[in-house]
Amino acid sequence: MSASNLLQYAVFVAVAASLVKPLGGYMARVFGGEKTFLDPLLRPLEHLVYRLTGVDPELEMDWAQYSVAFIVFGLIGALALYGILRLQQFLPFFYARYQTTPLSPDLAMNTAISFATTTTWQAYSGETTMSYTSQIVGLTVQNFLAGASGLAVGVAFIRGLAREQTSKLGNFWVDMVRSVLWILLPLSLLGSLLLVWQGVPVNWHYYVQATTLDGGQQVIPQGPVAALEIIKNLGTNGGGFFNVNGAHPYENPTPLSNFIEMLAIVLLPAAFTNTFGRMIGKPRQGWLLFSVMVVLFVGGLLLCGWTEQKGNVKLAHIKTLSVHSLQGQPGGNMEGKEARFGIGASVLAAVVTSNGATGSTNSAHDSYTPLGGAVPLVNMLLGEIVFGGLGTGLYSIIMLALVGLILAGMMIGRMPEYLGKKIGPLETKFITLYALASPLAILPVTALAIATKHGLAGLVTNTGPHGFTEIFYAYTSCFANNGQSFAGLNASTPFYNFTTAVVMMIGRFGLAIPALALAGRLAGQIKRQETQNAVPTDKPLFAALLVATALIVGALSFLPALTLGPILEHLIGR
Amino acid sequence: MKKNLLISVFMTLVTTVLLGIIYPLVVTGLAQVLFPRQANGELIQQGGKLVGSSLIGQPFTAVGYFRSRPSSAGNGYDASNSSGSNLAPTNKALIDRVTASVQSLRAENPTSPIPVDLVTTSGSGLDPDISPAAAKFQIPRIARERSISQSALQDLVKRHTKGRQLGFLGEPRVNVLELNLELDAQHPLR
Repeated sequence: MSASNLLQYAVFVAVAASLVKPLGGYMARVFGGEKTFLDPLLRPLEHLVYRLTGVDPELEMDWAQYSVAFIVFGLIGALALYGILRLQQFLPFFYARYQTTPLSPDLAMNTAISFATTTTWQAYSGETTMSYTSQIVGLTVQNFLAGASGLAVGVAFIRGLAREQTSKLGNFWVDMVRSVLWILLPLSLLGSLLLVWQGVPVNWHYYVQATTLDGGQQVIPQGPVAALEIIKNLGTNGGGFFNVNGAHPYENPTPLSNFIEMLAIVLLPAAFTNTFGRMIGKPRQGWLLFSVMVVLFVGGLLLCGWTEQKGNVKLAHIKTLSVHSLQGQPGGNMEGKEARFGIGASVLAAVVTSNGATGSTNSAHDSYTPLGGAVPLVNMLLGEIVFGGLGTGLYSIIMLALVGLILAGMMIGRMPEYLGKKIGPLETKFITLYALASPLAILPVTALAIATKHGLAGLVTNTGPHGFTEIFYAYTSCFANNGQSFAGLNASTPFYNFTTAVVMMIGRFGLAIPALALAGRLAGQIKRQETQNAVPTDKPLFAALLVATALIVGALSFLPALTLGPILEHLIGR
Repeated sequence: MKKNLLISVFMTLVTTVLLGIIYPLVVTGLAQVLFPRQANGELIQQGGKLVGSSLIGQPFTAVGYFRSRPSSAGNGYDASNSSGSNLAPTNKALIDRVTASVQSLRAENPTSPIPVDLVTTSGSGLDPDISPAAAKFQIPRIARERSISQSALQDLVKRHTKGRQLGFLGEPRVNVLELNLELDAQHPLR
């Protein structure tokens, strides 16, 4: 990779890091109900929303009530979206000439569940399926709401650790509404205009017809792209306006728009580590989690970047073809990558999106080298702990840390503690349930797909170990509520629409509920002073324990599957 | 449960109005006023006709034009069907396709090494750019087809080469449509 590529990565991390403290502090004030500069504008709007919806903002909920509110809101959102999609042809801005793919019940159901869970797995191509109304009134609204719901659950989780001797974790509606009004909406208004400045369109025009210089006809879709684009990333959703998502020049026209969009993905989850630190009164704890995230993030960038820059070994053998980073060309594995991004900015997006539970890739991951494509896959298998999804990323990394503390506790024969709270047998049960969810959901469904003709029917582009990876990647991505894919897989069939929807829901609710249950349990405990048994969780030793736990537990669960896919492909491809 | 259902329904309605109608209209309004060219797709008019968008690539098969990268969007640069090839690096179809492209490019310029982006498809199939090396590679052919000097073409390519943004973001690139438009204007095909 060139020096410029490496500088791009360094500046990216530096800019994100510099925003952690200000944004983290702001979010802590928002969720603590403290004064912020937007209050004069937003407090009246907030109270209007509560009056119109019947929310009692003074009411506090325990973990079960919080969970029910979270689940019911998600399902109602999915239902509303399903309705909009199925009635699309009767709503405005439906273009029968171009939007030729029908929103069948199974596709609409899959899309509705997908967007309501922030997965935004898209078994459809935007420009041939979705009207502008569906994209904006349907999908964009869910981008906000599902992201805000995840952030709310994250805040409730933090309160479980921060509070003591109470069963109350806050009010889901208040947390969700505050996420939308104080955080997502202002940043989206600003961010969308920055993106338009760089070239992302936002209009409501019919698809335009151009006559190319060659004399041919070119139909160019339009649309209110920028309005969707910013919240797609900010809310860690990822579903693109067009088929190829961030590779499309209208969604991501310049290297700077790419930088802004990728920053939007990691910004709030990174800052949330600081919010966590402040809300528990121990900022160093937050910084430690942030540092672990940065280390794993940079590791993925360097590994993926190095192998993609080396290029496709099979093409390197062709005489007179140059895959080297020469004067005037990026070189490397350029199949499926855009010229404006080259290797560096494509890999940045691959690593940011796979870590950030956001599907908005800017290159075709299916065309990555075996090891290159394995990096985003492994990032997702680690459990979306490196920044991760909005709100969900924080409890994901903490749950993994607790697994590490349990393992350490077993080794030294002492009951683990975290932030003054004891991790006893019942707490361990919740944590175990959480940790088992991913292999129990991803592996059997992948096996089902490769063992049945319905699953194998999806392999229309690539077969063999790479085809296996396509299927494994799909279910991993859906479980992680990420949404990206190896797009060569044909997943717009009832089999995949049904199975991916099930996996998405397990990934969303199967993790949030145990996390909230644990938080509720911990909230009821007294906060003790750290005893001698405790592993100090703000020191480098704990960071190492966390990284080791992520890699070892991940490897134990998924190394066999990885061997059948990318590792095998890499070995036979040499 | 009933309270949650009621609140959920009303909350979905209220937020749909705020986020699905008011917010996008505000964004559209501000963007159309502040950045009208970008907001409307950076379309390019030529002699009263719409010839395309500077952001959306086109195929250039006619004589005397700089060519774009190969494209898997429909039959090539079909903007209503954005797509990459999604071919795995070990897929025989990819290797055969690249080998064939290399052979035809070698025929038109036997001396220079072929830049890899000129034989690979983009992720979108609508990439409007090629690398500066890919543009320079095509100069000998254009010089022959339009009967102009290679140095004039080198100047042209240099003028249309965008450097890395802010000096270090992304890659240097040449917009093929804008390049060909100026090529037609300065050195028309006789």
